[in-house]
Amino acid sequence: MEAASLVFIINIIGAGLRTGTPLLFATTGELLTERSGVLNLGVEGMMLVGALAGFAVSYNTGNPWVGVLAGMLAGGVLSQLHAFVTVTLRGDQVVSGLALTFVGRGLTAVLGAPYVQIRDIPTLPTISLPFLESIPIIGPLILFPLFGNQNVVVWLGFLLTPFVAFYIARTRSGLNLRAVGEYPAAVDAVGMSVAKLRYFYIFIGGVLAGLAGAALSLAITPLWIEDMTAGQGWIAVGLVIFAQWNPWRAALGAYIFGALRRLPLDLQSVPWLPFASNPILGVWLSMIPYLFTIVALMLTSNARSRKRMGTPAALGIPYVRGERGL
Amino acid sequence: MQLKVERRLEVPGWMSLLAIIVAVIAALFIGGILLAYGGLNPVVAYKQMFKIAFTDKYSLSDTLVKATPLLLASLGVTVAFRMKLWNIGAEGQLLIGAWGATLVALFLLPKDTSRPVMLLVMVIAGFIGGGLWGLIPGVLKAYLNVNEIITSLMLTYVAVFFNNYFIYGPWSAGGFGLTAQFPKSAWFPRLLDYADPYPYFRGMTAHTGFLLGVLVAFILYALFKRSQWGYKTKLIGDNPNAARFAGINIRRQIMLAFLISGGLAGLAGMSEVAGVVHRLQESFSPGYGFTAIIVAWLANLNPLLVIIVAYLFGGLLVGGDAIQPAGIPLMIQGIIMFCVISASLLTRYRVRFVRKDKVIST
Repeated sequence: MEAASLVFIINIIGAGLRTGTPLLFATTGELLTERSGVLNLGVEGMMLVGALAGFAVSYNTGNPWVGVLAGMLAGGVLSQLHAFVTVTLRGDQVVSGLALTFVGRGLTAVLGAPYVQIRDIPTLPTISLPFLESIPIIGPLILFPLFGNQNVVVWLGFLLTPFVAFYIARTRSGLNLRAVGEYPAAVDAVGMSVAKLRYFYIFIGGVLAGLAGAALSLAITPLWIEDMTAGQGWIAVGLVIFAQWNPWRAALGAYIFGALRRLPLDLQSVPWLPFASNPILGVWLSMIPYLFTIVALMLTSNARSRKRMGTPAALGIPYVRGERGL
Repeated sequence: MQLKVERRLEVPGWMSLLAIIVAVIAALFIGGILLAYGGLNPVVAYKQMFKIAFTDKYSLSDTLVKATPLLLASLGVTVAFRMKLWNIGAEGQLLIGAWGATLVALFLLPKDTSRPVMLLVMVIAGFIGGGLWGLIPGVLKAYLNVNEIITSLMLTYVAVFFNNYFIYGPWSAGGFGLTAQFPKSAWFPRLLDYADPYPYFRGMTAHTGFLLGVLVAFILYALFKRSQWGYKTKLIGDNPNAARFAGINIRRQIMLAFLISGGLAGLAGMSEVAGVVHRLQESFSPGYGFTAIIVAWLANLNPLLVIIVAYLFGGLLVGGDAIQPAGIPLMIQGIIMFCVISASLLTRYRVRFVRKDKVIST
């Protein structure tokens, strides 16, 4: 019993690392965009565009890596619509982000129609680490099930978080990023362009959302169907708040949510939970990730704690030189 | 001489209207390019869509059918958006409204209930169902300052699973994703029901739901214009601080707005099950609640304009249904929304030529 439940938990964590990886990319991207002071609600749309571009290019070129690049580029290009409307025209960030999601959904529904039936595409490779199994005790029990057969994008995710955390906290560019999100007037005063910085980080957010989509369609669930992200882009937006704009917490949140997404499937194998394998009752379990997003936001959205939580002070406010405010 | 872009203090009304028209034309143009890229002839596709949606009495009636849920849900979205509350979960509220109406039609009231009583109770149940679903993000926003965009959207996914439980489980007719058909007393009267005295109506499926929507639109218009509530919502939307200093209970107003907003979206769901599908079934709504957001925005949050825009978008859906691939209306909606935002922002600026010594406006 002891060993069995350990195996069960390890399996859930391993699955969480896998299914949480697209969420990690998308959340980290949105985190960087919001750190620059711009809210982009178009993550869902950019993920879909990235997923379709990745899938289609991988299918047509036979090279999944070219597909990944195409997905990233597609997300980045789409994000620049939002950049133009919110930074150059100083439009409402909420409305523009919503529109971006609509564009992404519609565009992929039309252009993706020919790809819906295709199953055999070149996908991203899994990295096999058989030597983990030979490490005594924790090897076969923990390390191998967690890391022994993970897709390459999962490892990419492991690398991304420390890199982004270091970038934000310890580099000169990271300092500029924080400054433009907290007090853009100061950035302007030292002669840097607020607009250029924001365009850049909106682009990075789009690239990472595109990568999230491509990771989904080329590695995690290698196929293309309409609306395949199923709200993950929105969960990513919620996770940024949950993460309090901290990349480490974003990663933690993404993996937890990855595990929760898989939970209905995992629980089916638990003998003392027969209702989980009942497809009708299983519907209630499918609600868990969405309900959990709401609960997570309830715990972190309190206005009093919001200031010390690290909400970028200029988030959502267009910058106009010499105008009152930030 | 130098080009200078500056902000207009006031945007004339004709200019906003012109901006929307130009934006829609631009969107159709961009959509056309994308259609051509997808291998379709855009001129043929648009012509066919227009023909199917707007040319004979049957297509006009079909367009009315599609416009009905859009109209009701858009009115709901309008209520929230006027207070700058981003209720984007109208789709979920619509689903729960349909659930409430189904509960009444199949389980709460006996089959032989008279039609007016049955429909009235269903309308109330639909409003309450959608309203309570909308109230959840409202309460969370009012008391915990939780971002209503995310919660209302997450609840849409939850609503899908909620309905699926009932239509595959306890309410299922034979294990399929649908319930039994409603008794006739729970059907909205349709034009074709009057084909005996008026043969002109034969085969036309437009139903009473549209009239309900028009009625709600006029009531809302009057309330926005004349009532204290309308004034409060506008004040909170434009300047929440001023509203607070004026002594308005903002919490209560937020929750009330979400209740009404969700309730109207719930009516859209009720009208769809009572007027079109006559049962609850899986994915009976092709995203009316989401399209409603664009409709409300295009109509500039004016309830009377919502009627017109909802009708035109109904046509887009009817026309889009007839051509492949299926996502064309969705794509065009997204592009229209972007073009409209850009155009309305551009009207806020004026371009001037500036000289060193004097300023000449063009």
